[in-house]
Amino acid sequence: MLWYILRRVLQVIPVFLGATLLIYFMVFALPGDPIAALGGDRGLNPAVADAIRARYHLDQPFFIQYLYYLQGIFTGDLGTTFSGQKVSDILGRTLPVTFRLAVMAIIIEAIVGILIGLVAGLRKNGVFDTVSLLLSLVLISMPIFVLAFLAQFVFGIKLGWARTTVSGDAPLNELILPAFVLAFFVVANVIRLTRTSVIENLDADFVRTATAKGLSRPRIIRVHVLRNSLIPVVTLIGTDFGLLIVGATVTEGIFNVPGVGNTLFKAIILSEAPTVVSFVTVFVIVYLLSNLLVDVLYAFLDPRIRYGK
Amino acid sequence: MRTIKIGSALGGLVLTTALVLTGCATDSGGTTGGGDSSAVITVNGSEPQNPLVPTNTNETGGGKILDAIFAGLVYYDAEGAPHNDVAESIETDDSQNYTITLKADQKFSDGTPVTSASFVDAWQYGALLSNEQLSSYFFESIEGFSYDEDSELSGLKIVDDNSFTVKLKQPESDFPLRLGYSAFFPLPEGALDDAAAYGENPIGNGPYMLDGDSAWKHDVSLKVIPNPEYKGDRVAQNGGVDFIFYATQDAAYADLQGGNLDVLDSVPDSAFASFEGEFGDRAINQPAAIFQSFTIPQGLPHFSGEEGELRRAAISMSFDRQQITDVIFEGTRTPATDFTSPVIDGYSDKLDGADVLQYNPDEAVKLWAAADAISPWDGSFQIGYNADGGHQGWVDAITNSVKNTLGIEASGNPYPTFAAFRTDVTDRTITTAFRTGWQADYPALYNFLGPIYATSAGSNDGDYSSSEFDALLKEGAGEPDIDKANAIFQKAQEVLLKDLPAIPMWYSNVSGAYGADVENVKFGWNSVPIYNEITKQ
Repeated sequence: MLWYILRRVLQVIPVFLGATLLIYFMVFALPGDPIAALGGDRGLNPAVADAIRARYHLDQPFFIQYLYYLQGIFTGDLGTTFSGQKVSDILGRTLPVTFRLAVMAIIIEAIVGILIGLVAGLRKNGVFDTVSLLLSLVLISMPIFVLAFLAQFVFGIKLGWARTTVSGDAPLNELILPAFVLAFFVVANVIRLTRTSVIENLDADFVRTATAKGLSRPRIIRVHVLRNSLIPVVTLIGTDFGLLIVGATVTEGIFNVPGVGNTLFKAIILSEAPTVVSFVTVFVIVYLLSNLLVDVLYAFLDPRIRYGK
Repeated sequence: MRTIKIGSALGGLVLTTALVLTGCATDSGGTTGGGDSSAVITVNGSEPQNPLVPTNTNETGGGKILDAIFAGLVYYDAEGAPHNDVAESIETDDSQNYTITLKADQKFSDGTPVTSASFVDAWQYGALLSNEQLSSYFFESIEGFSYDEDSELSGLKIVDDNSFTVKLKQPESDFPLRLGYSAFFPLPEGALDDAAAYGENPIGNGPYMLDGDSAWKHDVSLKVIPNPEYKGDRVAQNGGVDFIFYATQDAAYADLQGGNLDVLDSVPDSAFASFEGEFGDRAINQPAAIFQSFTIPQGLPHFSGEEGELRRAAISMSFDRQQITDVIFEGTRTPATDFTSPVIDGYSDKLDGADVLQYNPDEAVKLWAAADAISPWDGSFQIGYNADGGHQGWVDAITNSVKNTLGIEASGNPYPTFAAFRTDVTDRTITTAFRTGWQADYPALYNFLGPIYATSAGSNDGDYSSSEFDALLKEGAGEPDIDKANAIFQKAQEVLLKDLPAIPMWYSNVSGAYGADVENVKFGWNSVPIYNEITKQ
């Protein structure tokens, strides 16, 4: 198992190199000269523009620029933005906020999704099941910005239950509303998957055996049905974590959360290669690690699963 | 000019000015009118794109913070009229040599004195090429300035601690009017030893100062509190201003509706139709010092010489400015009648030839036919724009109208990003007409004309050149009497109305709103609220 984890972690290295190269190239290929835009409609003094270009190595060919970037990374320097801030500082400031938001969303998603899915599965084709199906359909078909604007308008402006946007330090209580929005964006899949899985396990041999042994129904559901039903659900939630970190951009924009999404969006508009590449690379690594975590959890939940050498 | 932060507004050049009196009731039983002098006003802002060094800030996010924490030689009131701030007097006999005297006992917020060296050193730093300052061009008219090499401003001479002299390259009577712009702010001694560190935590001499070392929370907010050392006219009537940085204007608007924001200086496009109904007399919507046009480059086939004059006039008359501002912008733009802005002293809507800016399809068809007689039209008329700036609506409206009126092919020519658009404009590789916008740096007619239409001027993106216009511009710049100078600039504009190097479209309005708790909200000529006068219950 340890060997397996180590091997998976080592795999991150080539992925990291490939991802940075690819993303750096994509930013490089963006049309237009980012320095030309710095002056707005007035345009910059050409000599000043040239000097700034040279400072960021933008006057060099692509591969040289990329090597400068890599050289920076290996000396612990992720580069600077056009405004002179260190990218590592920005990451250190914004990543924890987005991380917190994503974790809250995952917790909400897991609790709500598994609970509704379980009840719906136990009372297959009942009223609750039908209502949950309808709810899932509505949530699945609603774009996240509609959900976010709606939540902001109803709970923030009309009812006043939550702050309309998140203030500076992004305290937990202010993140609840955006976390719910994020969670509800992905919760429908969890509901449907839990339900199907529960129904399948209710008919399984080991559940019939447990019933025959005279175990109480709550115990059967908790230990035999639920635990076995959770295996596919955990996989889904695990990959959702990566999705939520990456996909928080829209929600962060609407609720003005000072997280990675907002910053990345701004950096893309400005064609700020060091920021974009560093952020996206972190996303890639988070995604890889959360997938690894899921695979490890998998083995833990289902002792039948063993990873070979 | 200051550019709006690109990411935040997604509006390229959606900006904002105005003045409005408040009439809101108090509901807490507090005193009416007075306000709480310790209350902190929350206003919208955006993360400054550069460290807060005055000569390196050319966008609104950093600009409005600088205006709050610095006092220049002059400041502008709501109507754009200059008043002495740090300056005791600014004197000249010939509009070329100026003697500037400072008020005595002026101090920065850290207690160090504001001397003539504070200004001269800051300007020298800002102008030096190798310092790569984004606003260096502001010093171009001072003797010794060079765009191509490091060169000291030899026109600046310190007389004593409280006075210095400025020698310009040629007479420019509106020079004193420029001195309220942030590029001309003073810097305390030692600030420039490490400009980047200074820019993180700037020490100024304005009505406000940063609230401690951690006042600037990056990407989140920046809080300023009253500066006890400030002795000028703009003393703060409140307990400070908290600039909240928003990624989108929609989020700022939601906060205003939700009561978390006191003053919003630019309403998002999505609320154009509703904000005046929602905020009533707490909504602001009137012309600002922002001029919008599209430029037809002089080198474009069929658009030069006599033929070009006819075609330019025909295109200008073939779309209805009033209808487009009403329908697409919900009245948040004002149709243009000249090349400047109604908020600028000297503006006139009665210029000779201004009827070319009226919708007149019959005349347009006639002019177009006359041009065809010189050389038959071929090809398509296109307007280039950046698609990330919300410009598609009006570009499509204008080109459709041109198409229907003149019976020619016409369409928009979108660029994916502002950077891509500016690159083609700067390199002169653009082969269509293109959108142009101008937000004034200081409230004077010259600022709308000289930098854009003078031969080889820095922002003359259409390469317009007219000896008649250049001569009038020069005459106006050297005329010490401001009214006489404005009359000359109006003549110069009449030349532009004939040649139409750019087709004027409209002036952007300042569209803002404020909450029920605040009073005395006025907007300056530059679309930024006058923060120090705002009071809060």
